[in-house]
Amino acid sequence: MNLLPLVAAAAETSSGSRLLTEIAILLLAAFVGFQVISKVPNTLHTPLMSGTNAIHGIVLLGGLIAIAYADDFFSRVIIVIAIIFGTINVIGGFLVTDRMLGMFKRKPDPTPEEAPAKAPAADGA
Amino acid sequence: MGLAAIFLQDDNFIIAMYIVAFSLFITGLTRLTSPTTAVRGNKIAAVGMLVAVVATLLNPDLDGSDYLLIAIGIAIGTAVGIPSARNVKMTAVPQMVALFNGVGGGAVALIAWAEFRQVDGDLSEDLAVGIPLMFGAIIGSVSFWGSNVAFGKLQGLITGRPVRIPGGFFVNIALLLIAIGAAIAILAGSESEGLFVLILVAAAVLGNLAVLPIGGADMPVVISTLNAFTGLSAAAAGIALHNTALIVAGMIVGASGTILTDQMAKAMNRSIGAVLMGGFGGEAPAASGGEGSEIEGTVRSTSSADVAIQLAYARQVVVVPGYGMAVAQAQHTVRELAKALEKRNIEVKYAIHPVAGRMPGHMNVLLAEADVPYDQLKEMDDINPEFGRTDVSLVIGANDVTNPDARMKADSPIYGMPILNVDESASIIVLKRSMASGFAGIENPLFYNEKTQMLFGDAKASVADITSELGQL
Repeated sequence: MNLLPLVAAAAETSSGSRLLTEIAILLLAAFVGFQVISKVPNTLHTPLMSGTNAIHGIVLLGGLIAIAYADDFFSRVIIVIAIIFGTINVIGGFLVTDRMLGMFKRKPDPTPEEAPAKAPAADGA
Repeated sequence: MGLAAIFLQDDNFIIAMYIVAFSLFITGLTRLTSPTTAVRGNKIAAVGMLVAVVATLLNPDLDGSDYLLIAIGIAIGTAVGIPSARNVKMTAVPQMVALFNGVGGGAVALIAWAEFRQVDGDLSEDLAVGIPLMFGAIIGSVSFWGSNVAFGKLQGLITGRPVRIPGGFFVNIALLLIAIGAAIAILAGSESEGLFVLILVAAAVLGNLAVLPIGGADMPVVISTLNAFTGLSAAAAGIALHNTALIVAGMIVGASGTILTDQMAKAMNRSIGAVLMGGFGGEAPAASGGEGSEIEGTVRSTSSADVAIQLAYARQVVVVPGYGMAVAQAQHTVRELAKALEKRNIEVKYAIHPVAGRMPGHMNVLLAEADVPYDQLKEMDDINPEFGRTDVSLVIGANDVTNPDARMKADSPIYGMPILNVDESASIIVLKRSMASGFAGIENPLFYNEKTQMLFGDAKASVADITSELGQL
Protein backbone atom coordinates (compact mmCIF):
# COMPACT_ATOMS: atom_id res chain seq x y z
CA MET A 1 0.00 0.00 0.00
CA ASN A 2 2.78 2.36 -0.81
CA LEU A 3 1.11 5.30 -2.48
CA LEU A 4 3.63 8.04 -1.89
CA PRO A 5 5.21 9.41 -5.04
CA LEU A 6 8.52 10.27 -3.49
CA VAL A 7 8.73 7.06 -1.58
CA ALA A 8 7.84 5.01 -4.62
CA ALA A 9 11.04 6.25 -6.24
CA ALA A 10 13.19 4.82 -3.49
CA ALA A 11 11.85 1.45 -2.45
CA GLU A 12 14.34 0.94 0.33
CA THR A 13 13.39 4.18 2.09
CA SER A 14 12.96 3.71 5.82
CA SER A 15 9.64 4.29 7.53
CA GLY A 16 11.21 7.28 9.29
CA SER A 17 11.86 9.17 6.12
CA ARG A 18 8.48 8.12 4.79
CA LEU A 19 6.98 9.81 7.83
CA LEU A 20 9.00 12.94 7.07
CA THR A 21 7.75 12.93 3.51
CA GLU A 22 4.20 12.60 4.75
CA ILE A 23 4.69 15.46 7.20
CA ALA A 24 6.10 17.58 4.38
CA ILE A 25 2.98 16.86 2.32
CA LEU A 26 0.84 17.63 5.36
CA LEU A 27 2.54 20.98 5.86
CA LEU A 28 2.23 22.00 2.23
CA ALA A 29 -1.45 21.04 2.21
CA ALA A 30 -1.92 23.18 5.32
CA PHE A 31 -0.44 26.18 3.53
CA VAL A 32 -2.69 25.60 0.55
CA GLY A 33 -5.69 25.46 2.88
CA PHE A 34 -4.69 28.68 4.62
CA GLN A 35 -4.07 30.47 1.34
CA VAL A 36 -7.26 29.43 -0.42
CA ILE A 37 -9.47 30.90 2.29
CA SER A 38 -8.01 34.35 2.68
CA LYS A 39 -11.00 36.64 2.36
CA VAL A 40 -14.44 35.21 1.88
CA PRO A 41 -17.60 37.32 1.80
CA ASN A 42 -19.91 36.48 4.73
CA THR A 43 -22.50 35.36 2.23
CA LEU A 44 -20.35 32.41 1.27
CA HIS A 45 -19.33 31.26 4.74
CA THR A 46 -22.01 28.60 5.00
CA PRO A 47 -21.66 27.19 1.47
CA LEU A 48 -17.90 27.17 1.86
CA MET A 49 -18.10 25.34 5.16
CA SER A 50 -20.43 22.87 3.51
CA GLY A 51 -18.06 22.49 0.54
CA THR A 52 -15.01 21.81 2.69
CA ASN A 53 -17.21 19.47 4.71
CA ALA A 54 -17.85 17.47 1.54
CA ILE A 55 -14.14 17.33 0.74
CA HIS A 56 -13.23 15.71 4.05
CA GLY A 57 -15.57 12.96 2.92
CA ILE A 58 -12.29 11.78 1.41
CA VAL A 59 -12.25 9.55 4.51
CA LEU A 60 -14.30 7.25 2.29
CA LEU A 61 -10.97 6.27 0.71
CA GLY A 62 -9.77 5.11 4.11
CA GLY A 63 -12.60 2.57 4.15
CA LEU A 64 -11.85 1.47 0.58
CA ILE A 65 -8.20 0.87 1.49
CA ALA A 66 -8.77 -0.77 4.86
CA ILE A 67 -11.28 -3.30 3.56
CA ALA A 68 -8.66 -4.80 1.25
CA TYR A 69 -6.76 -6.39 4.13
CA ALA A 70 -9.35 -6.62 6.91
CA ASP A 71 -10.23 -10.29 7.25
CA ASP A 72 -12.29 -10.83 10.38
CA PHE A 73 -16.03 -10.37 10.25
CA PHE A 74 -16.31 -7.61 12.84
CA SER A 75 -13.60 -5.48 11.22
CA ARG A 76 -15.33 -5.78 7.88
CA VAL A 77 -18.64 -4.71 9.43
CA ILE A 78 -16.97 -1.66 10.99
CA ILE A 79 -15.39 -0.74 7.68
CA VAL A 80 -18.65 -1.10 5.75
CA ILE A 81 -20.26 1.29 8.24
CA ALA A 82 -17.31 3.65 7.71
CA ILE A 83 -17.86 3.42 3.94
CA ILE A 84 -21.56 4.20 4.42
CA PHE A 85 -20.65 7.19 6.60
CA GLY A 86 -18.01 8.41 4.15
CA THR A 87 -20.42 8.12 1.22
CA ILE A 88 -23.10 10.09 3.09
CA ASN A 89 -20.47 12.74 3.87
CA VAL A 90 -19.36 13.04 0.24
CA ILE A 91 -22.68 12.81 -1.59
CA GLY A 92 -24.77 14.69 0.95
CA GLY A 93 -22.06 17.33 1.33
CA PHE A 94 -21.65 18.14 -2.34
CA LEU A 95 -25.40 18.00 -3.05
CA VAL A 96 -26.41 20.26 -0.20
CA THR A 97 -23.65 22.73 -1.14
CA ASP A 98 -24.92 22.71 -4.70
CA ARG A 99 -28.46 23.41 -3.50
CA MET A 100 -27.28 26.27 -1.33
CA LEU A 101 -25.25 27.81 -4.14
CA GLY A 102 -28.13 27.35 -6.56
CA MET A 103 -29.90 30.06 -4.58
CA PHE A 104 -27.26 32.56 -5.60
CA LYS A 105 -27.59 32.00 -9.31
CA ARG A 106 -28.71 35.15 -11.02
CA LYS A 107 -29.17 33.74 -14.48
CA PRO A 108 -32.40 34.57 -16.32
CA ASP A 109 -34.47 31.50 -15.47
CA PRO A 110 -36.97 32.77 -12.93
CA THR A 111 -39.74 30.54 -11.64
CA PRO A 112 -42.75 30.65 -13.98
CA GLU A 113 -45.01 32.76 -11.78
CA GLU A 114 -42.21 35.24 -11.15
CA ALA A 115 -41.27 35.59 -14.80
CA PRO A 116 -43.31 38.66 -15.77
CA ALA A 117 -42.39 40.58 -12.63
CA LYS A 118 -38.68 40.01 -12.89
CA ALA A 119 -37.09 43.22 -14.11
CA PRO A 120 -33.86 43.00 -16.11
CA ALA A 121 -32.36 45.50 -13.68
CA ALA A 122 -32.28 42.78 -11.04
CA ASP A 123 -29.46 41.16 -12.95
CA GLY A 124 -27.36 44.28 -12.82
CA ALA A 125 -25.60 43.54 -9.54
CA MET B 1 -6.51 -6.26 -21.80
CA GLY B 2 -4.23 -7.80 -19.21
CA LEU B 3 -1.62 -5.16 -19.95
CA ALA B 4 -4.18 -2.39 -19.55
CA ALA B 5 -5.23 -3.75 -16.19
CA ILE B 6 -1.64 -3.88 -15.02
CA PHE B 7 -1.13 -0.31 -16.16
CA LEU B 8 -4.32 0.95 -14.51
CA GLN B 9 -3.56 -0.79 -11.25
CA ASP B 10 0.00 0.49 -11.12
CA ASP B 11 0.72 2.51 -8.00
CA ASN B 12 2.08 5.35 -10.08
CA PHE B 13 -1.06 5.54 -12.15
CA ILE B 14 -3.16 5.69 -8.99
CA ILE B 15 -0.91 8.43 -7.63
CA ALA B 16 -1.18 10.33 -10.91
CA MET B 17 -4.97 10.24 -10.56
CA TYR B 18 -4.63 11.50 -7.01
CA ILE B 19 -2.59 14.43 -8.28
CA VAL B 20 -5.38 15.24 -10.75
CA ALA B 21 -7.85 15.03 -7.83
CA PHE B 22 -5.75 17.44 -5.73
CA SER B 23 -5.70 19.99 -8.55
CA LEU B 24 -9.46 19.71 -8.84
CA PHE B 25 -9.94 20.10 -5.07
CA ILE B 26 -7.77 23.20 -4.91
CA THR B 27 -9.32 24.75 -8.02
CA GLY B 28 -12.79 23.96 -6.72
CA LEU B 29 -12.14 25.43 -3.29
CA THR B 30 -10.63 28.58 -4.75
CA ARG B 31 -13.73 29.10 -6.87
CA LEU B 32 -15.97 28.46 -3.88
CA THR B 33 -14.72 31.69 -2.33
CA SER B 34 -16.38 33.94 -4.92
CA PRO B 35 -20.15 34.15 -5.57
CA THR B 36 -19.86 34.09 -9.35
CA THR B 37 -17.73 30.96 -9.57
CA ALA B 38 -18.91 29.05 -6.50
CA VAL B 39 -21.43 26.75 -8.20
CA ARG B 40 -18.85 25.53 -10.66
CA GLY B 41 -16.22 25.31 -7.91
CA ASN B 42 -18.35 22.88 -5.95
CA LYS B 43 -18.83 20.71 -9.04
CA ILE B 44 -15.11 20.73 -9.79
CA ALA B 45 -14.35 19.56 -6.26
CA ALA B 46 -16.99 16.82 -6.62
CA VAL B 47 -15.33 15.60 -9.82
CA GLY B 48 -12.03 15.57 -7.91
CA MET B 49 -13.65 13.32 -5.32
CA LEU B 50 -14.93 10.98 -8.03
CA VAL B 51 -11.44 10.73 -9.53
CA ALA B 52 -9.93 9.96 -6.10
CA VAL B 53 -12.53 7.26 -5.38
CA VAL B 54 -12.12 5.60 -8.78
CA ALA B 55 -8.33 5.65 -8.41
CA THR B 56 -8.58 3.99 -5.01
CA LEU B 57 -10.92 1.32 -6.37
CA LEU B 58 -8.18 0.31 -8.82
CA ASN B 59 -6.14 -0.96 -5.87
CA PRO B 60 -5.02 -4.48 -6.92
CA ASP B 61 -5.33 -5.75 -3.34
CA LEU B 62 -9.13 -5.55 -3.51
CA ASP B 63 -10.86 -8.85 -4.27
CA GLY B 64 -14.40 -9.74 -5.29
CA SER B 65 -15.91 -9.84 -1.81
CA ASP B 66 -14.26 -6.49 -1.02
CA TYR B 67 -15.91 -4.95 -4.07
CA LEU B 68 -19.25 -6.42 -3.06
CA LEU B 69 -19.03 -4.89 0.42
CA ILE B 70 -17.85 -1.57 -1.04
CA ALA B 71 -20.80 -1.60 -3.45
CA ILE B 72 -23.20 -2.28 -0.57
CA GLY B 73 -21.67 0.48 1.55
CA ILE B 74 -21.70 3.07 -1.22
CA ALA B 75 -25.25 2.07 -2.21
CA ILE B 76 -26.57 2.52 1.33
CA GLY B 77 -24.64 5.77 1.79
CA THR B 78 -26.04 7.10 -1.49
CA ALA B 79 -29.56 6.01 -0.61
CA VAL B 80 -29.31 7.96 2.65
CA GLY B 81 -27.26 10.92 1.41
CA ILE B 82 -29.18 11.94 -1.71
CA PRO B 83 -32.67 12.24 -0.20
CA SER B 84 -31.44 13.92 2.96
CA ALA B 85 -29.54 16.53 0.94
CA ARG B 86 -32.37 16.94 -1.58
CA ASN B 87 -35.31 17.15 0.78
CA VAL B 88 -33.85 19.21 3.59
CA LYS B 89 -35.49 22.62 3.87
CA MET B 90 -33.17 25.56 3.32
CA THR B 91 -33.82 26.57 6.93
CA ALA B 92 -32.52 23.23 8.16
CA VAL B 93 -29.35 23.23 6.07
CA PRO B 94 -27.02 24.17 8.94
CA GLN B 95 -27.91 21.13 11.00
CA MET B 96 -27.68 18.94 7.91
CA VAL B 97 -24.12 20.17 7.40
CA ALA B 98 -23.46 19.24 11.04
CA LEU B 99 -24.80 15.75 10.42
CA PHE B 100 -22.73 15.22 7.26
CA ASN B 101 -19.68 16.44 9.15
CA GLY B 102 -20.39 14.09 12.02
CA VAL B 103 -20.54 10.94 9.89
CA GLY B 104 -17.18 11.92 8.37
CA GLY B 105 -15.65 12.01 11.85
CA GLY B 106 -17.38 8.76 12.72
CA ALA B 107 -15.88 7.12 9.63
CA VAL B 108 -12.37 8.12 10.74
CA ALA B 109 -12.93 6.68 14.23
CA LEU B 110 -14.25 3.41 12.78
CA ILE B 111 -11.38 3.09 10.32
CA ALA B 112 -8.94 3.66 13.18
CA TRP B 113 -10.69 0.87 15.09
CA ALA B 114 -10.45 -1.52 12.11
CA GLU B 115 -6.77 -0.69 11.70
CA PHE B 116 -6.18 -1.33 15.40
CA ARG B 117 -7.79 -4.77 15.03
CA GLN B 118 -5.80 -5.44 11.87
CA VAL B 119 -2.48 -5.30 13.73
CA ASP B 120 -4.02 -7.02 16.77
CA GLY B 121 -3.47 -3.88 18.78
CA ASP B 122 0.27 -3.98 18.32
CA LEU B 123 1.03 -0.36 17.57
CA SER B 124 4.10 0.05 19.73
CA GLU B 125 6.41 -1.06 16.89
CA ASP B 126 5.44 1.68 14.49
CA LEU B 127 4.59 4.92 16.26
CA ALA B 128 4.44 6.75 12.92
CA VAL B 129 1.27 4.72 12.34
CA GLY B 130 0.14 4.39 15.94
CA ILE B 131 0.14 8.06 16.95
CA PRO B 132 -1.90 9.34 13.98
CA LEU B 133 -4.26 6.40 14.42
CA MET B 134 -4.91 7.33 18.06
CA PHE B 135 -5.29 10.99 17.10
CA GLY B 136 -7.81 10.03 14.41
CA ALA B 137 -9.76 7.85 16.84
CA ILE B 138 -10.05 10.58 19.48
CA ILE B 139 -10.79 13.52 17.19
CA GLY B 140 -13.06 11.48 14.93
CA SER B 141 -15.17 10.34 17.86
CA VAL B 142 -15.33 13.85 19.37
CA SER B 143 -16.37 15.24 15.98
CA PHE B 144 -19.05 12.58 15.45
CA TRP B 145 -20.74 13.09 18.81
CA GLY B 146 -20.19 16.83 18.97
CA SER B 147 -21.77 17.24 15.53
CA ASN B 148 -24.73 15.12 16.55
CA VAL B 149 -25.33 17.34 19.58
CA ALA B 150 -25.03 20.43 17.35
CA PHE B 151 -27.59 18.84 15.04
CA GLY B 152 -29.88 18.10 17.97
CA LYS B 153 -29.67 21.68 19.19
CA LEU B 154 -30.38 23.28 15.83
CA GLN B 155 -33.14 20.79 15.05
CA GLY B 156 -34.75 21.50 18.40
CA LEU B 157 -34.33 17.93 19.66
CA ILE B 158 -32.16 19.27 22.47
CA THR B 159 -32.65 22.66 24.05
CA GLY B 160 -30.73 25.41 22.27
CA ARG B 161 -29.96 26.95 25.62
CA PRO B 162 -26.58 26.25 27.14
CA VAL B 163 -26.74 23.14 29.32
CA ARG B 164 -24.36 23.65 32.21
CA ILE B 165 -22.72 20.65 33.73
CA PRO B 166 -21.34 21.26 37.23
CA GLY B 167 -17.57 21.25 37.01
CA GLY B 168 -17.96 20.65 33.29
CA PHE B 169 -14.58 22.06 32.42
CA PHE B 170 -12.77 19.65 34.75
CA VAL B 171 -14.91 16.71 33.65
CA ASN B 172 -13.95 17.45 30.05
CA ILE B 173 -10.27 17.72 30.90
CA ALA B 174 -10.53 14.42 32.79
CA LEU B 175 -12.20 12.73 29.81
CA LEU B 176 -9.52 14.02 27.47
CA LEU B 177 -6.82 12.76 29.84
CA ILE B 178 -8.51 9.33 30.02
CA ALA B 179 -8.55 9.11 26.21
CA ILE B 180 -4.94 10.26 25.89
CA GLY B 181 -3.83 8.00 28.76
CA ALA B 182 -5.45 4.95 27.15
CA ALA B 183 -3.86 5.89 23.83
CA ILE B 184 -0.42 6.14 25.45
CA ALA B 185 -0.93 2.77 27.13
CA ILE B 186 -1.71 1.20 23.76
CA LEU B 187 1.25 2.88 22.10
CA ALA B 188 3.45 1.67 24.96
CA GLY B 189 2.61 -1.93 24.18
CA SER B 190 -0.78 -2.79 25.68
CA GLU B 191 -2.75 -4.56 23.00
CA SER B 192 -6.08 -4.43 24.80
CA GLU B 193 -9.04 -3.72 22.54
CA GLY B 194 -10.95 -2.70 25.67
CA LEU B 195 -8.58 0.25 26.04
CA PHE B 196 -9.23 1.26 22.45
CA VAL B 197 -12.99 1.14 23.02
CA LEU B 198 -12.40 3.22 26.16
CA ILE B 199 -10.72 5.86 23.96
CA LEU B 200 -13.72 5.95 21.66
CA VAL B 201 -16.18 6.14 24.56
CA ALA B 202 -14.27 8.80 26.51
CA ALA B 203 -13.98 10.88 23.34
CA ALA B 204 -17.69 10.33 22.65
CA VAL B 205 -18.70 11.60 26.08
CA LEU B 206 -16.28 14.49 25.67
CA GLY B 207 -17.86 15.39 22.31
CA ASN B 208 -21.30 15.45 23.94
CA LEU B 209 -20.30 17.39 27.04
CA ALA B 210 -18.17 19.90 25.13
CA VAL B 211 -21.01 21.00 22.85
CA LEU B 212 -23.95 20.80 25.29
CA PRO B 213 -22.92 23.90 27.30
CA ILE B 214 -22.59 26.02 24.17
CA GLY B 215 -25.60 28.14 23.29
CA GLY B 216 -27.37 27.74 19.97
CA ALA B 217 -26.19 31.15 18.78
CA ASP B 218 -22.62 29.89 18.76
CA MET B 219 -23.43 26.69 16.86
CA PRO B 220 -22.06 27.95 13.51
CA VAL B 221 -18.66 28.41 15.09
CA VAL B 222 -18.91 24.99 16.72
CA ILE B 223 -19.86 23.23 13.49
CA SER B 224 -17.08 25.00 11.64
CA THR B 225 -14.61 23.96 14.33
CA LEU B 226 -15.75 20.34 14.20
CA ASN B 227 -15.53 20.52 10.41
CA ALA B 228 -11.86 21.48 10.72
CA PHE B 229 -11.42 18.70 13.31
CA THR B 230 -12.80 16.08 10.96
CA GLY B 231 -10.41 17.32 8.28
CA LEU B 232 -7.47 16.96 10.67
CA SER B 233 -8.57 13.48 11.72
CA ALA B 234 -8.83 12.49 8.03
CA ALA B 235 -5.27 13.76 7.48
CA ALA B 236 -4.11 11.74 10.49
CA ALA B 237 -5.80 8.63 9.09
CA GLY B 238 -3.95 9.37 5.85
CA ILE B 239 -0.60 9.23 7.61
CA ALA B 240 -1.55 5.99 9.35
CA LEU B 241 -2.71 4.42 6.06
CA HIS B 242 0.10 5.99 4.01
CA ASN B 243 -2.44 7.51 1.66
CA THR B 244 -1.55 10.92 0.20
CA ALA B 245 -5.09 11.70 -0.93
CA LEU B 246 -6.34 11.54 2.65
CA ILE B 247 -3.41 13.59 3.91
CA VAL B 248 -3.79 16.35 1.32
CA ALA B 249 -7.58 16.67 1.24
CA GLY B 250 -7.92 16.23 5.00
CA MET B 251 -5.28 18.82 5.78
CA ILE B 252 -6.63 21.34 3.28
CA VAL B 253 -9.97 21.11 5.05
CA GLY B 254 -8.30 21.23 8.45
CA ALA B 255 -6.48 24.43 7.53
CA SER B 256 -9.20 26.19 5.56
CA GLY B 257 -11.76 25.15 8.16
CA THR B 258 -9.68 26.80 10.87
CA ILE B 259 -9.43 30.06 8.91
CA LEU B 260 -13.14 29.94 8.18
CA THR B 261 -13.94 29.37 11.85
CA ASP B 262 -11.80 32.35 12.74
CA GLN B 263 -13.58 34.56 10.20
CA MET B 264 -16.98 33.45 11.47
CA ALA B 265 -16.02 34.05 15.08
CA LYS B 266 -14.69 37.51 14.19
CA ALA B 267 -17.97 38.37 12.50
CA MET B 268 -19.64 37.65 15.85
CA ASN B 269 -16.93 39.41 17.84
CA ARG B 270 -16.25 36.16 19.62
CA SER B 271 -13.02 34.32 20.11
CA ILE B 272 -12.95 30.66 19.19
CA GLY B 273 -11.58 29.91 22.62
CA ALA B 274 -14.44 31.68 24.39
CA VAL B 275 -16.99 29.83 22.29
CA LEU B 276 -15.47 26.42 22.96
CA MET B 277 -15.18 27.09 26.66
CA GLY B 278 -18.92 27.61 26.64
CA GLY B 279 -18.44 31.04 28.16
CA PHE B 280 -21.31 32.59 26.26
CA GLY B 281 -24.09 30.78 28.01
CA GLY B 282 -22.36 30.94 31.35
CA GLU B 283 -24.19 33.84 32.89
CA ALA B 284 -27.10 33.91 30.50
CA PRO B 285 -29.64 32.02 32.66
CA ALA B 286 -29.25 34.66 35.37
CA ALA B 287 -29.72 37.46 32.86
CA SER B 288 -32.86 35.99 31.32
CA GLY B 289 -34.24 34.91 34.67
CA GLY B 290 -34.70 38.56 35.64
CA GLU B 291 -37.89 38.84 33.56
CA GLY B 292 -36.67 42.17 32.24
CA SER B 293 -36.61 43.64 35.72
CA GLU B 294 -33.64 45.81 34.79
CA ILE B 295 -35.29 47.12 31.67
CA GLU B 296 -37.48 50.17 31.99
CA GLY B 297 -40.49 50.82 29.82
CA THR B 298 -43.29 48.71 28.51
CA VAL B 299 -43.88 46.64 25.46
CA ARG B 300 -46.42 48.06 23.04
CA SER B 301 -48.11 45.77 20.59
CA THR B 302 -49.64 46.89 17.33
CA SER B 303 -51.82 45.55 14.52
CA SER B 304 -51.00 44.73 10.93
CA ALA B 305 -53.28 47.54 9.76
CA ASP B 306 -51.29 50.08 11.77
CA VAL B 307 -48.04 48.69 10.44
CA ALA B 308 -49.34 48.97 6.87
CA ILE B 309 -50.19 52.62 7.40
CA GLN B 310 -46.78 53.41 8.84
CA LEU B 311 -45.08 51.66 5.95
CA ALA B 312 -47.25 53.41 3.36
CA TYR B 313 -46.04 56.80 4.52
CA ALA B 314 -42.38 55.87 4.80
CA ARG B 315 -39.71 56.90 2.36
CA GLN B 316 -37.19 54.26 3.33
CA VAL B 317 -37.91 50.90 4.93
CA VAL B 318 -35.18 48.57 6.13
CA VAL B 319 -36.06 44.91 6.58
CA VAL B 320 -34.02 43.18 9.27
CA PRO B 321 -34.47 39.43 8.83
CA GLY B 322 -33.51 36.85 11.43
CA TYR B 323 -34.05 33.23 12.31
CA GLY B 324 -37.76 33.86 12.87
CA MET B 325 -38.13 34.61 9.17
CA ALA B 326 -36.35 31.37 8.33
CA VAL B 327 -38.51 29.31 10.67
CA ALA B 328 -41.71 30.83 9.31
CA GLN B 329 -40.45 30.40 5.72
CA ALA B 330 -41.53 34.00 5.26
CA GLN B 331 -38.93 35.06 2.69
CA HIS B 332 -41.32 34.92 -0.29
CA THR B 333 -44.02 36.80 1.60
CA VAL B 334 -41.45 39.41 2.62
CA ARG B 335 -40.48 39.79 -1.01
CA GLU B 336 -44.15 40.34 -1.93
CA LEU B 337 -44.44 43.05 0.71
CA ALA B 338 -41.26 44.69 -0.56
CA LYS B 339 -42.63 44.68 -4.10
CA ALA B 340 -45.84 46.32 -2.91
CA LEU B 341 -43.81 48.98 -1.13
CA GLU B 342 -41.60 49.58 -4.15
CA LYS B 343 -44.70 50.16 -6.27
CA ARG B 344 -45.40 53.06 -3.92
CA ASN B 345 -41.88 54.39 -4.56
CA ILE B 346 -40.74 53.42 -1.09
CA GLU B 347 -37.13 52.40 -0.94
CA VAL B 348 -36.64 48.92 0.55
CA LYS B 349 -33.34 47.59 1.77
CA TYR B 350 -32.40 44.47 3.67
CA ALA B 351 -29.97 44.65 6.58
CA ILE B 352 -27.98 41.43 6.78
CA HIS B 353 -26.15 40.84 10.00
CA PRO B 354 -23.22 38.47 9.44
CA VAL B 355 -24.62 35.93 11.87
CA ALA B 356 -28.35 36.50 11.50
CA GLY B 357 -30.09 33.16 11.45
CA ARG B 358 -28.15 30.14 12.45
CA MET B 359 -25.22 30.47 10.07
CA PRO B 360 -23.37 33.29 8.36
CA GLY B 361 -24.98 33.75 4.97
CA HIS B 362 -28.19 32.04 6.06
CA MET B 363 -30.33 35.11 5.33
CA ASN B 364 -28.67 35.73 1.97
CA VAL B 365 -29.50 32.20 0.90
CA LEU B 366 -33.14 32.51 1.90
CA LEU B 367 -33.66 35.95 0.37
CA ALA B 368 -31.88 34.91 -2.81
CA GLU B 369 -34.31 31.99 -2.96
CA ALA B 370 -37.14 34.53 -2.90
CA ASP B 371 -35.48 36.45 -5.77
CA VAL B 372 -34.64 39.52 -3.74
CA PRO B 373 -32.30 41.61 -5.91
CA TYR B 374 -28.74 41.14 -4.75
CA ASP B 375 -28.06 44.89 -4.55
CA GLN B 376 -30.79 45.37 -1.94
CA LEU B 377 -28.99 43.08 0.49
CA LYS B 378 -26.77 45.33 2.61
CA GLU B 379 -24.08 44.05 4.89
CA MET B 380 -23.89 45.45 8.40
CA ASP B 381 -21.22 48.09 7.81
CA ASP B 382 -23.08 49.44 4.77
CA ILE B 383 -26.51 49.60 6.34
CA ASN B 384 -25.68 50.90 9.82
CA PRO B 385 -25.15 54.52 8.68
CA GLU B 386 -28.52 54.26 6.88
CA PHE B 387 -30.67 53.65 9.95
CA GLY B 388 -30.57 57.35 10.87
CA ARG B 389 -32.42 58.14 7.63
CA THR B 390 -34.76 55.20 7.84
CA ASP B 391 -38.42 55.79 8.59
CA VAL B 392 -39.37 52.26 9.51
CA SER B 393 -37.20 49.30 10.43
CA LEU B 394 -39.09 46.07 10.03
CA VAL B 395 -37.44 43.50 12.27
CA ILE B 396 -38.65 40.07 11.17
CA GLY B 397 -37.72 37.39 13.65
CA ALA B 398 -34.33 38.88 14.48
CA ASN B 399 -33.41 39.43 18.11
CA ASP B 400 -29.87 39.25 19.45
CA VAL B 401 -28.34 40.94 16.38
CA THR B 402 -30.39 44.06 17.15
CA ASN B 403 -29.82 44.12 20.91
CA PRO B 404 -28.51 47.57 21.95
CA ASP B 405 -27.04 45.99 25.09
CA ALA B 406 -24.19 44.83 22.87
CA ARG B 407 -23.25 48.50 22.53
CA MET B 408 -24.17 49.87 25.92
CA LYS B 409 -24.28 47.31 28.67
CA ALA B 410 -20.79 46.23 29.59
CA ASP B 411 -21.91 43.25 31.67
CA SER B 412 -24.13 41.80 28.94
CA PRO B 413 -22.94 38.44 27.59
CA ILE B 414 -23.09 39.85 24.08
CA TYR B 415 -21.37 43.14 24.95
CA GLY B 416 -19.02 44.12 22.13
CA MET B 417 -20.77 42.10 19.44
CA PRO B 418 -21.33 44.32 16.40
CA ILE B 419 -25.07 44.82 15.96
CA LEU B 420 -27.46 46.44 13.53
CA ASN B 421 -28.28 49.88 14.93
CA VAL B 422 -31.98 49.46 14.35
CA ASP B 423 -32.80 51.72 17.29
CA GLU B 424 -31.52 54.75 15.32
CA SER B 425 -34.40 54.61 12.86
CA ALA B 426 -37.47 56.78 13.36
CA SER B 427 -39.73 53.87 14.11
CA ILE B 428 -39.22 50.19 14.70
CA ILE B 429 -41.66 47.37 14.13
CA VAL B 430 -40.70 43.99 15.52
CA LEU B 431 -42.42 40.86 14.22
CA LYS B 432 -42.09 38.15 16.79
CA ARG B 433 -43.94 35.07 17.93
CA SER B 434 -43.81 35.94 21.62
CA MET B 435 -41.71 37.79 24.15
CA ALA B 436 -39.38 34.80 24.49
CA SER B 437 -35.76 35.77 24.49
CA GLY B 438 -33.43 35.01 21.60
CA PHE B 439 -30.97 32.21 21.20
CA ALA B 440 -28.45 33.88 23.45
CA GLY B 441 -31.09 33.70 26.18
CA ILE B 442 -30.93 37.38 27.09
CA GLU B 443 -33.43 40.23 27.19
CA ASN B 444 -33.53 42.76 24.38
CA PRO B 445 -34.20 46.36 25.51
CA LEU B 446 -35.03 47.24 21.91
CA PHE B 447 -38.47 45.74 22.51
CA TYR B 448 -39.03 48.20 25.36
CA ASN B 449 -37.84 51.20 23.34
CA GLU B 450 -40.53 53.88 23.05
CA LYS B 451 -40.08 53.92 19.27
CA THR B 452 -40.74 50.19 19.06
CA GLN B 453 -44.02 48.45 18.36
CA MET B 454 -44.40 44.71 18.49
CA LEU B 455 -46.52 42.70 16.08
CA PHE B 456 -46.91 39.28 17.64
CA GLY B 457 -47.61 36.18 15.58
CA ASP B 458 -46.15 33.94 12.92
CA ALA B 459 -43.90 36.06 10.70
CA LYS B 460 -45.31 34.72 7.45
CA ALA B 461 -48.92 35.30 8.45
CA SER B 462 -48.11 38.77 9.83
CA VAL B 463 -46.27 39.87 6.70
CA ALA B 464 -49.08 38.55 4.50
CA ASP B 465 -51.59 40.50 6.60
CA ILE B 466 -49.54 43.68 6.30
CA THR B 467 -49.33 43.25 2.52
CA SER B 468 -53.07 42.79 2.16
CA GLU B 469 -53.79 45.76 4.44
CA LEU B 470 -51.40 47.79 2.33
CA GLY B 471 -53.33 46.82 -0.79
CA GLN B 472 -56.52 48.27 0.70
CA LEU B 473 -55.01 51.66 1.49
